[in-house]
Amino acid sequence: MKVFLMFRDHNFTLKKQRSPLVEELVKDLELAVLWEAMALGDDYLYEVAREAFLASCGDIETILYRQKVLEDCIRNASIVRDMYALVVKAIEMRKRSYLSGIFSRYPSSILSGAVGLLEVFVEMLRELRSFADRYAHRFTSEGFTRFFTMLQEELDDAYLAIVEEHLRELRLKRGALISARLGRGNVGEEYTLRKPRDSRGWRAPWQRRSPVYSFSIDPRDESGAKALSELRDRGVNIAANALAQSADHVVNFFESLRLELAFYVSCLNLYDQLTALGEPVTFPVPFPKEERKHLASGLYDPCLALVTKKKVVGNDLDACGKDLIIITGANQGGKSTFLRSIGIAQLMMQCGMFVPAESFGANLCERLFTHFRRREDTTLKSGKLDEELKRMSDIVDELTPNAMVLCNESFASTNEREGSEIARQIVSAFLDRRIKVVFVTHQYEFARSFLVSKMDNVLFLRAERESNGKRTFKIVEGEPLQTSYGEDVYRKVFETSENELPEKSSLQLSWR
Amino acid sequence: MGVISVLFPEGSKRELLQKVPPSEPDFFVDLGLDQIVNTLTASREEEYHLRVFFFLPLQDIEAIRYRQEVMRDLEDENLAESIKTFSQGMHAVRTQLALSKKLYYKHNKEGWFLEAVATYCETVEKLAHSLSSSAIQSRGLCAFREYLLGYIRSSRFVTLKEATEKLRRDLADVEYCLIIDGGRVKVRRYEQEADYSKEIEKTFAKFRKDAAKDYKIQYPQRVEMNHVEAKIAELVARLFPEVFSSLEAYCAENADFLDGTVATFDREIQFYLAYLEYIAPLRRKGLQFCYPEVSDTCKDICAHETFDLALAYRLMSEGKTVVTNDFFLQGQERVFVVSGPNQGGKTTFARTFGQLHYLASLGCPVPGKVARLFLFDRIFTHFEREEDIKNLHGKLEDDLVRMHTILTQATSKSIIIINEIFNSTTLHDALLLSREIMERILQLDALCVWVTFVVELASLSDRIVSMVSTVSPDNPSVRTYKILRKPADGLAFALLIAEKYRLTRDQIKERIKP
Repeated sequence: MKVFLMFRDHNFTLKKQRSPLVEELVKDLELAVLWEAMALGDDYLYEVAREAFLASCGDIETILYRQKVLEDCIRNASIVRDMYALVVKAIEMRKRSYLSGIFSRYPSSILSGAVGLLEVFVEMLRELRSFADRYAHRFTSEGFTRFFTMLQEELDDAYLAIVEEHLRELRLKRGALISARLGRGNVGEEYTLRKPRDSRGWRAPWQRRSPVYSFSIDPRDESGAKALSELRDRGVNIAANALAQSADHVVNFFESLRLELAFYVSCLNLYDQLTALGEPVTFPVPFPKEERKHLASGLYDPCLALVTKKKVVGNDLDACGKDLIIITGANQGGKSTFLRSIGIAQLMMQCGMFVPAESFGANLCERLFTHFRRREDTTLKSGKLDEELKRMSDIVDELTPNAMVLCNESFASTNEREGSEIARQIVSAFLDRRIKVVFVTHQYEFARSFLVSKMDNVLFLRAERESNGKRTFKIVEGEPLQTSYGEDVYRKVFETSENELPEKSSLQLSWR
Repeated sequence: MGVISVLFPEGSKRELLQKVPPSEPDFFVDLGLDQIVNTLTASREEEYHLRVFFFLPLQDIEAIRYRQEVMRDLEDENLAESIKTFSQGMHAVRTQLALSKKLYYKHNKEGWFLEAVATYCETVEKLAHSLSSSAIQSRGLCAFREYLLGYIRSSRFVTLKEATEKLRRDLADVEYCLIIDGGRVKVRRYEQEADYSKEIEKTFAKFRKDAAKDYKIQYPQRVEMNHVEAKIAELVARLFPEVFSSLEAYCAENADFLDGTVATFDREIQFYLAYLEYIAPLRRKGLQFCYPEVSDTCKDICAHETFDLALAYRLMSEGKTVVTNDFFLQGQERVFVVSGPNQGGKTTFARTFGQLHYLASLGCPVPGKVARLFLFDRIFTHFEREEDIKNLHGKLEDDLVRMHTILTQATSKSIIIINEIFNSTTLHDALLLSREIMERILQLDALCVWVTFVVELASLSDRIVSMVSTVSPDNPSVRTYKILRKPADGLAFALLIAEKYRLTRDQIKERIKP
């Protein structure tokens, strides 16, 4: 019984992605904001959202497979949420039944505990199948169609009746029939629970039963009663194990189902919130890794929208055939936000989700890395440039062709000439290795070095600025300019405080 | 034919064993032999009482050779391994027999007795098999092998083995069923009912994905029946009467099945195994052991790359390296006088000398690449002791009393080891007394090692060899632990140390301007 809602041919498993580079990525793209929106306070959903997001998948088929399943979910949101609730309930049942450790020391208790649990599970499996019976026709994706068909075939009434019959028998109301052999010292061993024969059957003379001898434990003989119950425990041990494991297998099935549904439920949560803000979402068109496609309209940073709780500015992008995108321009002009929106859309696409845009298409990437300038970090022992270079070197350790690197003001911690040269060396090497780079920079020297070489595979974008210095937060195509309008920002800061500290600010202005 | 011994050749004074005092000899602690013997017998003492063998140095060369031969054979790891397997088997036999004696319920007792005999037969046959295919050469092991091969072909053994096997087969075939319903138990034969766990697994197979948690409770295989099991066993015996009555008869017939020679071998061979096991880790570290040439006439002794076994064992467990030393005596030389800086390995050297001779007299391989040693009659040691307040003598007097006792007992075949005596007196007195005692020792013609700060002692006679502990020439505070045969020049070291602290004559003159 396989769920297969995440992959056509295998189960989805949670792999904990924890490494310094992953943590950088999470922090730089502010992914936690997104996952919190997907989780709505549920730790499990958060975990699943996180790991599914980070376990980005690299094949187009799977992405399209999930897109179809997600479309089904969006269309039948309440059914999917109900099914999820049923599965969660089943798993809770198991926790309640086994968590108290007392059961696990005696096979008899394990056996009766497992019988009790499976009796509940049979009901839940029946209920789960009824989802298939009632709603299968409303679902069109390959994933759900297969899943519902499987439920109907594997969990039919005949099968559930056999299970119930076994469970009744395993209550051992007629006593436990246990076979044994003589071990060393003539002490019994290999105690094995046996299924009693139907007592009504006819027997040939040579099948006649052996003599039966019997005895009873004196009711006052406490140690005898204890010894006998241990014998019984030894007898049911293997069978109890088999049944408890079976219960676990059923729980595992529920767990897999919960895991895969959790991903879609978390997607539904995000979908609801973004659409409530009036933001568009769309299913992206993935292209093979080897191609260089990047085409978007109305691409925005969903985290920004979620945090500010309002519709944010979207951008258009056409970077088809480009390996390198260099973004320059006004400070606080939306460059970092734009860079993040590129990264987030890429990750959402690669885990099979919709993306925050009106339309979107891009080539897949092998892995995504971020190298953002750290501004506030004061705990560093080594110099800032050392730290930056070290981080870059860590990334290089992991890089492969067709990966993607997002750089945000990298190597700005040193003077422009040095920083530019370092960056140029690194980026040129990346291009040689077919690694896609999006680079936000203030460093004119660095940007210009690629401008003068007139390479076809480089795209220059610029944060737009109106003539009065006002920012539109639009990123448009444009070659780098030698100033980054720092003065604008500077002025803005000082103008607002001018009234309070006119002398000091004018002093500083005159410095410049 | 008497019992074959792998420790004592026929005609040797095995009966001396009876006279060995159960506690260790006086010199054991001084020489570090107590540490060696305690460690190597530790895991075996309770079962084999080996210590007594280590307390009895052999007095004739033939007996030493007899043991060296056996020990050499046992250096073959395969042989040693198969003998260890045999010992483990015999250990199991004893445990099972003791258990059978201790138990209360008849079927339980008889079951364990059968088990003990089965283990015994298997163990003995296995040993005979390994011995017959191994290239042993020692007189001791060859004699035992011959005996053993005869024994396993004897009708006594063959009958025992066949009866045992048949009974075990018959008992293994017994299969029965219990029906436990509350406090009531029914017992009957097993009638091919299906295993319920298989049914369960089949039913839930479709949910199986990967390995599941194990819910089985681990029940130890029970050894002793309780009264419920005993009751069940009684009823099982009624279901299968023939098997159980032949078991009863078998137990009565074979009450003493253990062979005396086999049992003796099992104990005595532990002497060798214990020693070889003790030195094995040192050998793996590259330290060498050799079979010494032992003489009871010639005092031209020598040892190359030898070391203190007890110390080496301790250093090895601390991960430290061991320094080896050489020594020899030739012609009329009889005495080593060891001097030099403290903590430089002087006492270690003295111990090494004593250990080597003692271990050689047990027939054991000794630390070193080659060794030629003397077969002593007694070893005497005089190591500095804590002052005993119950002793009415003063320290000096005490030293002299002990020395006197030694000198009255020692013969020309004795070994005397002296470590720093007379250091409670003035140098002048120490020199005087030492000289007196040295003369008596030389007169005795005994072998002696004398550790002392009285360097003059080293040049008293040409029958005395001076050995000096040394320091690293670059840094005098670093000891090399090398003891070299060279003149005792108490000064060289003092100069080095002084220089380090800028306290030589010249340095002091430099520092103190006129």
